Amino acid sequence: MIRFAYIIIGTAVLLLWFPQSGGPSGIASVPTVGERFPPPDFESGYELPSPTTPAPRQSVYEYVDTVVLFAALALSSYLVLRTRSRRAILALCVFSLFYFGFWRKGCVCPIGAIQNIALSIFDRDYAVPIAVMLFFLLPLVFTLFFGRTFCAAVCPLGAIQDLVVLRPVSVPEWLESGLRLFAYVYLAAAVMFAATGSAFIICRYDPFISFFHLSGSLNMLILGACFLFVGIFIGRPYCRFVCPYGVILRQLSRISKWQVAITPDECIKCRLCEDSCPFGAIRAPTADWPAYDYNKSKKRLAFLILLLPVLVLSCGWIGSRLRPVTSRVHATVRLADQIYLEETGQAEETTDASAAFRATGKEIKVLYAEVEDIQAGFGLGGWLSGGFVGLVIALKLIGLSCRRRRTDYEADRAGCLACGRCFEYCPKEHAKLKEAKQAIGES
Amino acid sequence: MAENKNGINRRHFLRDGLWAACLTGLGGTAGFLSKKTNAQNTVWQIDPEICVACGNCATYCVQEESAVKCVHAYAVCGYCRICFGFFGPEPHDINEGAENQLCPTGAIKRTFVEDPYYQYTIDEPLCMGCGKCVKGCNTFGNGSLFLQVRHDRCLNCNECSIAAACPSGAFKRVPADKPYLLKRVDRA
Repeated sequence: MIRFAYIIIGTAVLLLWFPQSGGPSGIASVPTVGERFPPPDFESGYELPSPTTPAPRQSVYEYVDTVVLFAALALSSYLVLRTRSRRAILALCVFSLFYFGFWRKGCVCPIGAIQNIALSIFDRDYAVPIAVMLFFLLPLVFTLFFGRTFCAAVCPLGAIQDLVVLRPVSVPEWLESGLRLFAYVYLAAAVMFAATGSAFIICRYDPFISFFHLSGSLNMLILGACFLFVGIFIGRPYCRFVCPYGVILRQLSRISKWQVAITPDECIKCRLCEDSCPFGAIRAPTADWPAYDYNKSKKRLAFLILLLPVLVLSCGWIGSRLRPVTSRVHATVRLADQIYLEETGQAEETTDASAAFRATGKEIKVLYAEVEDIQAGFGLGGWLSGGFVGLVIALKLIGLSCRRRRTDYEADRAGCLACGRCFEYCPKEHAKLKEAKQAIGES
Repeated sequence: MAENKNGINRRHFLRDGLWAACLTGLGGTAGFLSKKTNAQNTVWQIDPEICVACGNCATYCVQEESAVKCVHAYAVCGYCRICFGFFGPEPHDINEGAENQLCPTGAIKRTFVEDPYYQYTIDEPLCMGCGKCVKGCNTFGNGSLFLQVRHDRCLNCNECSIAAACPSGAFKRVPADKPYLLKRVDRA
């Protein structure tokens, strides 16, 4: 039921946003120039050179990237579910890191594509390139079938973190869930800022992109280094606590057709795999419910279900109240603020932006009207994204008070990143391998 | 949980239903967006009519050497002897001496064509896209110097950090087959 609601709300938030107009139209215009000094008529037979125009990377390569993505996803799924070889998964991981990361410079990636999709839904003028749409959709479809095999070995951000997991410590469940809330907030904010045409914050604060570019601002390099350093001890911190695409994949992975199994056979509850997962995604068998707890839990569950609308509304209200802060991410709102300060004499010096605006000769009233539209968008966006976060909190609480019976050691459907580290911890796996080897030896 | 002999229980039924719904949803999203998709990728470009040559291009690019460089539309140029894109304010002398030049990296080459015309050429490896010459040329000249994203250098980031810092909103996404917004003059 919980995943049901999660997904419905997720799609609702994606789909129900009202259409936003504005933004630059992408069509090339050829401006003409007024001449102060008429171009000379040369007598010496001088020929006008023309400016060079080096072409961008050819569009065909976008399709090559998509094909490589598809192949990598297929291979990753095969390696995780059939071959069950950690070494092969690791090799694919390194390939993805070099191809999608260092060679393709990390752009466009499915995580960032969330924003292109959101923008194209809400901005009439922006059409999403087909390659970007495929980058967004392919991993989602693969996750519906095979679990998070994209996270396992295709995502370059995951790959770079996976390679530094050296001394993993376990994070307590309450802390893990609490920190993960950030990823949902991040997703809601990213969709809101993209839909209002303000900014692509996922790209702006991508901690690893400066490694892929081999250059970047000092702050982002430090942030990336911090993530990698923390990643030595806490496996894949970005994937678990920040990645907005990861939380979508989590929900889809819950209902995937096939899933990673720790053991290739029946679980014998030997507990050997218990601590093998650096991401805390292995769930132990549950004990029986103590009888006295039962009634209390029922009451708590009823209370939490009643709390759900309250949480959704209050978080939505908070989201909409944050409008003055969030809307300032939009450049036009910042510009209008500056113009207002200048007009009322509170700011003495003009900024580049306000000077540029005044040079266009546009009326200030028009600008203010534009900003009102944008702010209305942020008001609704605040309600929706706040409501979404409230719903996530409420459903998490409800999920905590529902218990399911588990008899075996299992990979958590949502949290498992399909890295394959647990395979070799299972004695049944070794038995299988031995059998297979013998079979090869005999033939 | 009610389990029947076929091994189908309520949970499995719900899961399968939800699975199908999700797949349909993804298909629907693809279908909905396919009306608005572009077979082409887009690239970043500066609209020279909006650009105010503030100088952010030189510093905000994710690359150390900016992907934005000055471009010269020769057809628009007046081939002036005294070029305000080339000479600093109050030059000591009208010659190619470094002390007379406006460009901080000496990226503009001035060559004699015929009296009294001079050709100005951008030495691209030296240009850092600061736009000082653009400002000079726009203010006093024909505006034949302007800034453009050079696509042999541009990484085409999903969010361009120069675009985010552009005060005039001159950065836009343009179709990859028309990657430049060059200045041109319409002559009868």
